[in-house]
Amino acid sequence: MDILIKNGHLIGAATVVDGAADILVKDGVIAEIGKGIPEGTQKVIDASGKIVLPGLVDMHVHLREPGREDKETVATGTKAAVKGGVTSVLAMPNTTPAMDSPERLRMLQEIVRKTASSHVFAAAAITKGRAGTELTDFAALKAEGAVAVTDDGSSVDDDGLMEEAFRLAKKCGLLVICHCEDKRLSQKGVMSLGLMSTELGLRGIPKEAEYRRVERDLRLAAGAGCPVHIAHVSCRESVDLIAAAKKRGEPVTAETAPHYLIFTDEALETYDPNFKMNPPLRTKADRDALRQAVRDGVIDAVASDHAPHTESEKDIEFDHAEFGVTGLETECASLVSEFIASDQMTWMELARLLSSAPAKILGIDKGRLEAGRCADIVIIDPAREWVVTKAAFASKSNNSSFLGRRLKGAVECTICAGKIAYTSKNISHKG
Amino acid sequence: MKERARIMDKAGLNRVLLRMAHEIVEKNKGTQDIAIVGICTRGAFLAQRLAALIGKVDGVTPPVGLLDITLYRDDLSSIAQQPVVHKTEIDFDISDKKVVLVDDVLYTGRTVRAALDEIIDFGRPQFIQLAVLVDRGHRELPIRADYVGKNIPTSPKETVEVRLEESEGRDEVVVLEKDA
Amino acid sequence: MNMTRNPSWERKDLLGLKELSAGEITLILSTAESFKEVIGRPIKKVPALRGKTIVNLFYEPSTRTRISFEIAAKRLSADVINIATETSSVRKGETLIDTGRNIEALKVDMIVMRHSYSGAAVMLARHVGASVVNAGDGWHEHPTQALLDIFTLKEKLGHIEGVRVAIVGDIAHSRVARSNIWGLTKLGARVTVCAPPMLIPPCIGEMGVSVTHDIQEALAEADAVNVLRMQFERDSGDAFPQQLEYFKNFGITEERLKKAKKNIIVMHPGPINRGIEMSSEVADGANSVILEQVTNGIAVRMAVLFLVSQANESRKARRARPAKTEVHVPPDGSSAGGPSVGVSESQSVRDYTKRVSGLTGEPVSGQTS
Repeated sequence: MDILIKNGHLIGAATVVDGAADILVKDGVIAEIGKGIPEGTQKVIDASGKIVLPGLVDMHVHLREPGREDKETVATGTKAAVKGGVTSVLAMPNTTPAMDSPERLRMLQEIVRKTASSHVFAAAAITKGRAGTELTDFAALKAEGAVAVTDDGSSVDDDGLMEEAFRLAKKCGLLVICHCEDKRLSQKGVMSLGLMSTELGLRGIPKEAEYRRVERDLRLAAGAGCPVHIAHVSCRESVDLIAAAKKRGEPVTAETAPHYLIFTDEALETYDPNFKMNPPLRTKADRDALRQAVRDGVIDAVASDHAPHTESEKDIEFDHAEFGVTGLETECASLVSEFIASDQMTWMELARLLSSAPAKILGIDKGRLEAGRCADIVIIDPAREWVVTKAAFASKSNNSSFLGRRLKGAVECTICAGKIAYTSKNISHKG
Repeated sequence: MKERARIMDKAGLNRVLLRMAHEIVEKNKGTQDIAIVGICTRGAFLAQRLAALIGKVDGVTPPVGLLDITLYRDDLSSIAQQPVVHKTEIDFDISDKKVVLVDDVLYTGRTVRAALDEIIDFGRPQFIQLAVLVDRGHRELPIRADYVGKNIPTSPKETVEVRLEESEGRDEVVVLEKDA
Repeated sequence: MNMTRNPSWERKDLLGLKELSAGEITLILSTAESFKEVIGRPIKKVPALRGKTIVNLFYEPSTRTRISFEIAAKRLSADVINIATETSSVRKGETLIDTGRNIEALKVDMIVMRHSYSGAAVMLARHVGASVVNAGDGWHEHPTQALLDIFTLKEKLGHIEGVRVAIVGDIAHSRVARSNIWGLTKLGARVTVCAPPMLIPPCIGEMGVSVTHDIQEALAEADAVNVLRMQFERDSGDAFPQQLEYFKNFGITEERLKKAKKNIIVMHPGPINRGIEMSSEVADGANSVILEQVTNGIAVRMAVLFLVSQANESRKARRARPAKTEVHVPPDGSSAGGPSVGVSESQSVRDYTKRVSGLTGEPVSGQTS
């Protein structure tokens, strides 16, 4: 079915259009972008007063399938994605079993083919079983479609092995995504080490656990000349290290998550496990450094680190609760409410952080509104406010930091590969 | 609340208290074993004054205790306003004493009921008598005062307010009408 | 008789002293004074909580605190049920919430809980409508212990403002230390904590206390010293000093007290490890108020039980009347209905929420009254 999006305010279009414009979608691709495209037999979506962005690209998502289908599946995770305006996700390989062989990647792709509502790109594991002892077959994984390798959830502790991983990834042209955590330093910590952990009587995770590993991975990657992407940056020291590496001209990219840009460890005052994540929420100074890093381009992208967990694993004593929060359905709106609504960010910047930059990092053909490209489009009402509720989540899990909060900026319609993957009741369709 | 009538001034109040002191001495044939116990807060002030007057009348000032009945109230679970708990101070052994319980206004009788329960928890007096400055009627319990300063028939829409120098800076008794 | 009006007590729970104002702490202390008179009577019992049921839910063995709460409840004429649950190494929280809700289904009015995990009482309070009194949660807070310590100090010294208190011992793992720091600093006392560096948690100075690793320095100016119990049996794997070494460097001895103020008050939450935290002579000596602390604990706990019960009853009484609350649910097209978040009834939890609400709009409070 063809779709005509009328009178939207286009952001991230290849051809610069002033004021409202139309997008014609035909056979799954963007056929035309321009003003006053005549209505025909297509389905017409009235996007006047709305923002039209290229479909968002979330490069850090835990879909949990296979293995923990009680938390999330490819079907529910990608439904959550399109509800949040995300049309492409990078699935993290820490499933059960881990994505450490071509066969397993094929299995995932089969599930994706049958059940996904969005595009799903796969990251493969660096080491077999993510055990940190034996490298996977990067070339074979790449051939099977992996766009990156990562042991996300853990870091490869063995320096020699990690060095080898960077060399191999460089040879195969694979991006290495680093979860930077030295577990010898983070140990049994459940939140950031500092005044709040002292006040709350909880075990702290020192920042060193993160930034020392960032330092090591940047050093090893530079040695191998391999592109490296630092995942979920949470502290000022990491930002400084990444900035320095970029200054030296090393092929480094980095992402942070909305929760690190919005909350601080003071949110843990209520012992609400929906603020327990790894790396942990840090201080205001760290949050401000991250905000600055996003403005300066030291941090290239924002990704949700969508980490669904069941209530019985999450809504329990803080010490026992799992790390991680969901984010696919709130990432766009949280940035809109937090930064665009207060003029700290433009829609162009948001489109870059959530779409074009992650697409570029992953080397995937996404993140732009351009004739001839796959029609991944999201339509956002910049003014509509909504309340985050458990009942409204498309995700199987409810562990969101934003529960109960009012957000501004609502995804009204998501078109993925030319099909309407999600639409709210607040936008008018014709035909 | 608006004031409807002023029914006692300083002089009137003193006269009434003096009469009550005489009655207490007369009825008990002296001050032997008498103890005065006032209910917080105005009953406690009145108890002090009565004891002093009894001392003048009979030469012996009886011991005075004060009772905070908050913890014995029967409406603790239904009042929306937080009551403040004060100390009960009874520094003498209450057993075998002739206790004269003093309060400012006798109304439903529930405060007196609470006070009786609390006194009994301090020991076993010979008997307990009740002295009130004002009896305004509308009893909800079978309680009757032994000494009454003044009977003031009121409607439930009215309240009687006893003002004392110790707490309000002046001695008077007024009838107030609740706003519609 | 003090006639100044304190602020009224509005909280259904007592979870910690951090969230309390100086006025609220003072109200508990003055109410406790009245209860101290009650427990000195021939009949040490008042009918204030008659018909109320209190469950002592103890996930950690504690004879002293449990008995103190039990006596306090009985002095108030409440019915008391004790539930002692062995804490297994991995106890899943769902069990705790389930247990809490089951206890509530038994029409219990108050739950006094001791738990080995920080934040357990906060979590329980979020899930039940009954009053929750924290009898110690992990390393977080032990509010009634600190209140009785402060009550004892105030009884001895007449005031708290300007008083210098040294807290000595395992500060890092001590809920007693944290609650004392909150309570004392709010009332204007000057607190010094003293321990070997490994037992001082990070940033403690930002809580408004001085830090020293020298016991004599800690004692030098102190009007009182609160000596924490050392638990050498912990199996956390954290660094910990040797017993003898600890006594040598930090133990309170008569010799060390000789160099302190003459009337320095020595406190200990008990039970004492004689010869480890302090010598027997000090524990039984003239400066020790340890047994008075035990007595005062009953008065303080009576005050707390009475106040939270009253507050919860008042809330229920107010709720029973036609509600005047505005429930504001903004227009929301795509999400079904209002917020389905379990909105807590707890005042304290809501206070917390108020404070942590970031810049992203305020949390929407739903069907609370």
